[in-house]
Amino acid sequence: MAKITFITKDDETIIVEGNAGSLMELAVENNIKGIDGDCGGVCSCATCHVHVEPQFMEKTGKANEIEKDMLEFDDHANEFSRLTCQIQVSEALDGIIVKVAN
Amino acid sequence: MSNQITNNQVCVIIGASHAGVNCAFALRKEGWEGRILLFDADSTLPYHRPPLSKTYLTSEDGIEKNVLKSAESYVKSNIELHLGTKVSSINRTKNNITLTDEKVQPYDKLIIATGARPLIPPIPGISSAKHIFPMRTAMDAINIRNTFHQIKEKRVAVIGGGYIGLETAASLKKLGAEVTILEREERILARVTAPEMSDFFYGLHAQNGVKIFTKKNVISIETILEQNKVICEDGSTFLADMIIVGVGIRVNQELAMEAGLEIKNLPTGQAGGIKVNAATQTSDKNIYAIGDCTCHHNLHYDSYVRLESVQNAVDQAKIAAAAICGKNPTYDSIPWFWSDQYDVKLQMVGLSNGYDEILTRMEKEKDNCFSIWYFKGEQLLAVDAINFAKAYVLGTKFIKGGQKINKLKLVDPTVEFKPANLLAE
Repeated sequence: MAKITFITKDDETIIVEGNAGSLMELAVENNIKGIDGDCGGVCSCATCHVHVEPQFMEKTGKANEIEKDMLEFDDHANEFSRLTCQIQVSEALDGIIVKVAN
Repeated sequence: MSNQITNNQVCVIIGASHAGVNCAFALRKEGWEGRILLFDADSTLPYHRPPLSKTYLTSEDGIEKNVLKSAESYVKSNIELHLGTKVSSINRTKNNITLTDEKVQPYDKLIIATGARPLIPPIPGISSAKHIFPMRTAMDAINIRNTFHQIKEKRVAVIGGGYIGLETAASLKKLGAEVTILEREERILARVTAPEMSDFFYGLHAQNGVKIFTKKNVISIETILEQNKVICEDGSTFLADMIIVGVGIRVNQELAMEAGLEIKNLPTGQAGGIKVNAATQTSDKNIYAIGDCTCHHNLHYDSYVRLESVQNAVDQAKIAAAAICGKNPTYDSIPWFWSDQYDVKLQMVGLSNGYDEILTRMEKEKDNCFSIWYFKGEQLLAVDAINFAKAYVLGTKFIKGGQKINKLKLVDPTVEFKPANLLAE
């Protein structure tokens, strides 16, 4: 089980637990504000954008090619941007903190 | 609106797909404290529809992998989900709905999210055809999958070359079917996209071994034992062990019509829907309508449209929730859509209706990577991006901002694709 912390745009901190599926699915299941996952997780809508806290980038890895394309011109994007539908939840993510971008 | 007021109120939502479910949860986020009852005739826990014709069809997954929200999630948010329950009428004078089992449920606010159903054309022989399916519900997808695995001969005829037909064709091809698409118009996707895009998808399917025949108007189906013979107006015939019908939809607007809510019809053969204002309110102030069943005046394009998309369903759901909770929201999203076929990702933004110029931008470094830009004079109306999310994202920005494009630079593949290069000075 991985404990993951989401910080929303309203500065609400929500700690959730998960062990499978994508980080987007976990956020949607926990009604995290700003993570909608409208396209169901196929990297088509960019409604699941977070900034990974820099010290945890190694755990989540960097954005893949299509994520980069989706994010390059986004006003809220930075080098720590990820689309959570492209991050698989596993033990390895235990303890990470991500900030919701929208 | 204070919590004391919403506390004792009841919000009823008819239809629990993308629009209805998102609206229920959005109501909680907006602070609605009263009861929320969500009804749907479908007995399956509400699920994502777009994957049904795509990854779901080719996977072995059960529908539980594909749900919008887990069963516990409804309980946690105190949303009363009534599945397998059909609503038979709305009484606007008494502010209640009647279910088909005659139970009556009062409401303070009602949200109609009834969507649409597949159109089954009145072709002679269609009702007795063997292994014939539409593609709209989880049950349809499961039936198609199960039947496909059972039948020995795997010749599939897809009637209708729209997105649903094409996506289903691509998925069944992946499973090993011999697929033929029969399209009535002169080109596939005729109603929804430009000839350039139709040509691209025609070629893509041909490369993958799917046969597409256009100008094929199916006039009858003859079935002997397990085999269907699909007969077209021009005399041609196609043998099929399974038939997929993807020729469009009928809007589920009967409940609203019978209740006397205003319906907005659209010109030239397009289906209209329940008329809603910018806050998704119908002609009755206590009744809202959201998603595929609605027709709204789109602010950006200054025309009435009925959209069939997840984007419209989800965004209208949020608007309705905000409006019901006393905010004053305005629906002004730019429509977007997507389709996945084989290894191609199509992302579309905007509405291309009324375009007078089409420009194609090719990306030189990759195959099958380009975008099509629709203009009306200098106004950018829409962008279709093939395997090029950047065009989709920038197109969205440009359309939203009403920015002018430097067309010469846009079509020049040697010009780097970034805002500074593409905007007119």
